[in-house]
Amino acid sequence: MTPKRKKRLSIILGLVFGTALIVGLVMYSLSENINLFYSTSQIAEGEAPVGARIRAGGMVVDGSVKRATDSLKVQFAITDFEHQVVVEFTGILPDLFREGQGIIAQGKMDANGIFQADEVLAKHDENYMPPEIAESMKNKQEAVK
Amino acid sequence: MIPEIGEFALIIALFVSVVLALIPMYGASTGNEMWMTYAKPLAMGQFFFVVISFICLGYAFSQDDFSVVYVAQHSNSQMPIQFKLSAIWGGHEGSLLLWALILSGWTFAVSRFSKALPLDMLARVLSVMGIVATGFISFLLITSSPFARYLPRFPADGADLNPLLQDFGLIVHPPMLYMGYVGFSVAFAFAIAALLSGRMDAAWARWARPWTNIAWAFLGMGITLGSWWAYYELGWGGWWFWDPVENASLMPWLVGTALVHSLAATEKRGVFKSWTLLLAIFAFSLSLLGTFLVRSGVLTSVHAFASDPERGFFILMLLALTMGGSLTLYALKAPNVKSESSFSWLSREVFLLINNIFLTVMAVTVLLGTLYPLLIDALGLGKISVGPPYFNAVFVPIMCAMAIAMGVSVAVRWRETTVKAVLNKLWLPAVISILCGLIFPLTYGNGFEVRVFLGISVSLWVMSSVFTEFMGKFRNAQTITSRLKQLPLSYYGMMVAHVGVAVTAIGITLVSTYSEERDMRMQKGDSVELAGYQFTFQGTHVVKGANYMADQATIVVTEDGKSIVTLSPEKRRYNVKNAMMTEADIDPSLFRDLYVALGEPLEKGAWAVRIHYKPYVRWLWLGGILMAFGGLLTVADKRYRQRSVKLEATHA
Repeated sequence: MTPKRKKRLSIILGLVFGTALIVGLVMYSLSENINLFYSTSQIAEGEAPVGARIRAGGMVVDGSVKRATDSLKVQFAITDFEHQVVVEFTGILPDLFREGQGIIAQGKMDANGIFQADEVLAKHDENYMPPEIAESMKNKQEAVK
Repeated sequence: MIPEIGEFALIIALFVSVVLALIPMYGASTGNEMWMTYAKPLAMGQFFFVVISFICLGYAFSQDDFSVVYVAQHSNSQMPIQFKLSAIWGGHEGSLLLWALILSGWTFAVSRFSKALPLDMLARVLSVMGIVATGFISFLLITSSPFARYLPRFPADGADLNPLLQDFGLIVHPPMLYMGYVGFSVAFAFAIAALLSGRMDAAWARWARPWTNIAWAFLGMGITLGSWWAYYELGWGGWWFWDPVENASLMPWLVGTALVHSLAATEKRGVFKSWTLLLAIFAFSLSLLGTFLVRSGVLTSVHAFASDPERGFFILMLLALTMGGSLTLYALKAPNVKSESSFSWLSREVFLLINNIFLTVMAVTVLLGTLYPLLIDALGLGKISVGPPYFNAVFVPIMCAMAIAMGVSVAVRWRETTVKAVLNKLWLPAVISILCGLIFPLTYGNGFEVRVFLGISVSLWVMSSVFTEFMGKFRNAQTITSRLKQLPLSYYGMMVAHVGVAVTAIGITLVSTYSEERDMRMQKGDSVELAGYQFTFQGTHVVKGANYMADQATIVVTEDGKSIVTLSPEKRRYNVKNAMMTEADIDPSLFRDLYVALGEPLEKGAWAVRIHYKPYVRWLWLGGILMAFGGLLTVADKRYRQRSVKLEATHA
């Protein structure tokens, strides 16, 4: 091989190797860090895996919020107006967390069928419904029809 | 009446920009000098009418004209005047008008400050910007006019602005960010003009570079301000959330950073020309993509207000036309562009190229993580979200690799350097940074941490290699002061910006490793210790603001029995929307922030309280400011001014 070709070959090898490395890194991190969204009906029907990190969303059920008296532990139920799921969370809830408000919780299902949330998100707009919830409710309505 | 004038001015501005898009362009391609000279007055006219339109909207806001739908939805008579005025860009329609204002402002600025530019080039650049303005102003008028009225019956008072936005952050963050976003349209216009005219030489790079640097500096500043704002306003002490909309601003910044460097190489050595053109096209396209993501509501995000498929579709079409058109032009014309010089393996050109590749790859990985949920959803494979761990896992290693290359790139010379010369320069910085990286986690923290070692060594490597290179400039100097004056401003700009990168990297490393946080229930008199500080909760009292009522807590912070500061976080309830808002209180300092926010009231006067200890968090934004400042310093370099003066002389 001429020196020029050698140079070219090493450029190409370098590029291929680098691209492969980055694609691998990206694919691996994507596969590790994707959180699937489940509606409360899907969870109630047992579709959600136990122990895997998922997102669950629904409207907070009126009168379901219960606080512990000595810690920041809080329990509430979310619903898509068909099935309810109980959520437990320890910490400070967002400002717009209210009964009747749509929220998204991130966390895991435990063995007792309770959703252990490590993060609760409520949107900063009172009329806002997370698209995931809006869609899962729409599907429900269509299924009823 | 006034809002109608605003609407009317906007319609005139649209006509002016259509003419600006057509006439000078046609003049340039046929060599008709008179038609080319129309570009300047047209740019001025367009700016003039958009300004009138903007003032009309501002007037409607200041006069509480709630017959205007947009004003009624985003303002309220109780709001302080500064928030009434910044509410102009508090929603979709107004922020698009701000966009149009800034675009026409940039167009006007290019027409004023480009005396050195040949007439046909200037005509083409301004025409391309006219095309963009035509797209945006028609978007405004067709889908989202801020001047629409509620008639005949309009509300007695406005619906109020989102409390989160009633803050100093709203006054400065969006305009800065938009200055950056829209500023890339100048680089884009220069690239298209170069492709059309087939002139792509060092002079071209010299004209385009100051504009690109200014836009890049504004964008960086906007992102920095946004991060700082989120940190103190959202009440959970985070400074970057990998939110799709943040990503939308980060992507053009990353590509813009690549563009700034590639332009430097194009100007100095006449290399990477077609790559520079491509980056200019992509930087602006990503800005448009960002607008699409924010405005269409396709993504779940704190920034996505209302979703409107029609608007999303319009921007998507605009994006498709811009990218499709410019990339087709690129494919046709770019093969004619030739490099003017060659370089060897170990040269600054190669390292700039490596840095460019890293930056582009980072932008692509962010793009992938942002769009992946959309793709999966479109394919019907379910609703997913890509969390921060993905971005951290991909971003951090590439960032480290890039920082190492950054250190080398300042030490190598253009064209060619010997390995020995590089080693001679860099062995000392390498040793120092590795040693400090080893020592720091042991003395500062509670033991050795690999991430701290990496973060600190890499940051110090960037700093010390810049410093060594700087000292090297004085080896043969007669006197230090004369040499200091001799060095071009752009060189200082580069140094400041690189040090800024290191400062930000140190901030990120330390704040994400050594932060401490406690959420707890506190009764009056309760005390808690965090990172050596005692926080004592002394109850709350009610305070009244202009348009809100608040519970204000008193939290006394002591260290070793000595009182340091009294923090007063608030929980506000805004009267109109009855919306709750957390107002954190922060004791800032260069090496640590103490951050206190109220959660919700619990029974018996107890509160949920969140306390953060954030070491080195200020460094994040300090670095961002340094980078932006470095970018601006480069623009102030006299070679950009001298040129124009000289050329003017030859013209005369």
